[in-house]
Amino acid sequence: MADMALSVAEVAKLADLARIELSDEELARLAPQLDLILQSVAEVSEVAGADVAPTSHAVPMENVFREDVVRPSQSVAAALSGAPVAEDGRFRVPQILGEE
Amino acid sequence: MANELIFLDAAALAAQIAAGDISSREATQAYLEQIASVDNNVHAYLAVDGERALAQAERVDAKRAAGEALSPLAGVPLALKDIFCYEGLPCTCGSRILEGWRPPYHATVVQRLLQADLVILGKVNMDEFAMGSSTETSGYGNTHNPWDLERIPGGSSGGSAAALASFQAALSLGTDTGGSIRQPAAVNGLVGVKPTYGSNSRYGVVAMASSLDVPGPFGRTVLDAALLHQAISGHDPRDSTSIDAPVPPVVAAAKSGDVQGLKLGVVKELGGDGYEPGVTAQFEHALQVLQAAGAQIVEVSCPHFKYALGAYYLIMPSEVSSNLARFDAMRYGIRVGDDGRHSAEEVMRLTRQAGFGDEAKRRIIIGTYALSAGYYDAYYGSAQKVRTLIQQDFVKAFAQVDVLVSPTTPSTAWKLGERVDDPLAMYKADLCTIPSNLAGNCSGSFPAGLSPDNGLPVGFQVMAPPMADDRLYQVGAALEAGMGSTLSQLVGSEAWEALYV
Repeated sequence: MADMALSVAEVAKLADLARIELSDEELARLAPQLDLILQSVAEVSEVAGADVAPTSHAVPMENVFREDVVRPSQSVAAALSGAPVAEDGRFRVPQILGEE
Repeated sequence: MANELIFLDAAALAAQIAAGDISSREATQAYLEQIASVDNNVHAYLAVDGERALAQAERVDAKRAAGEALSPLAGVPLALKDIFCYEGLPCTCGSRILEGWRPPYHATVVQRLLQADLVILGKVNMDEFAMGSSTETSGYGNTHNPWDLERIPGGSSGGSAAALASFQAALSLGTDTGGSIRQPAAVNGLVGVKPTYGSNSRYGVVAMASSLDVPGPFGRTVLDAALLHQAISGHDPRDSTSIDAPVPPVVAAAKSGDVQGLKLGVVKELGGDGYEPGVTAQFEHALQVLQAAGAQIVEVSCPHFKYALGAYYLIMPSEVSSNLARFDAMRYGIRVGDDGRHSAEEVMRLTRQAGFGDEAKRRIIIGTYALSAGYYDAYYGSAQKVRTLIQQDFVKAFAQVDVLVSPTTPSTAWKLGERVDDPLAMYKADLCTIPSNLAGNCSGSFPAGLSPDNGLPVGFQVMAPPMADDRLYQVGAALEAGMGSTLSQLVGSEAWEALYV
């Protein structure tokens, strides 16, 4: 694996950015697979010249507007119905700030 | 012994319900019995909603008795991929991270099914967040192919296809991002259509890759799929990418099946080496059938299609990494590590570790990489340019021919477990289907008989320009008329008997 596009350390960093905890066993298993996937898709950079415009969406789109008027929506109870923990009509979350 | 009612196709069942020869309740009961008989072997359903289904069926019967006008599929029982929000029933998307979540509203397509008086039997299995080609990435166990229980049902809409092919529903609904309707349809001997992107609402459909996802129908016959297509399609102001245009005349096309003078382009790049000989043989047989029906066959080259897989596996994970960021353990689904000692961010990490399977993790990480500073231009940017080149290939091809055709997938159903640890081999199942997702045009898979190699179903793919979905059904109906039903060969076979063991 001399020419690895993606090292174990890099996978760990990407997982960190994506807020996914990975065990050492998961890192060891996923890193070579990810490296192989990236190598196999790298060929796209060879065909795409500077003169080609990128396409982000399949069908040409224009922004969609509607009147800015109040319409019926989900009730607070319905919106909170799937929450892991709710309290006083709000989502209850674990502490956001550290001790210091 | 199966109740004979389940063998009626959806169009015939609806006609008999409308005529009062059969009640929707009887039909719904027959399907619930079939689920009780065979689903311990197929494992298509994640949730069966018998009580509500029977209540809905009784409402349809009452409407008929009162002389009210019924829609063309009124009273027909259907299975929903577990990606569609249906109020009151859990929606897992095949992922442990959403275990137990019940959506507080209906998806637009579900709303339309209910308005059209269809009967929803329950929710069926799928690859986790629709990411896979075998339904093995589901967090809720494997679904089995009714043609051979040791084989994959395709994916990601594997439950939708397996339920329909084992006659546990008269119709089913799936979604297609890179082939997730067409490939399972192909390996189960069914009709499966990916409508034009934007022609079917994504509101209430859990997002995987928003610029590619589209809901679409499965049917045992071409007409059944067209009727379901018609029932769910059309503009939805709740989806900002929804196309505001009339639904193409899909039902009329399915009824006509006239391909006299129609020009079919065989895509040179989608065939040859790497395709099972039996798949190639059935594809060529189907071409002969269509030629005999009056179609003209020419060869067409789409030189950039060979880069479609690479572009797709950069664009799709990039969108996945963004869409799946919403699963943060705060608003829905499971929460892990909330014991007073972990911060919100730590809880997020632990929940995403426990809740996502390997394929979700792989795609989120690839997407995070492809979008990161320093790599964006080389990966995501290049993939978007390839997307342009593929669209241009389609435009040029459709200037020469009315539709393009290819095998739906290079192989028949493989054995469960065979590709689980080899993501690249799994990805190749989508080789022929991906170009239409990148370009947004419509595409469908139609049964092309059984492979002489192994007796398993083969799919014939038809691709048409955006909003020309009727052409798919036109060609599909001609094929069906010329080749006969593939699925009827399952009923009564040895594989069929195995479903009841």
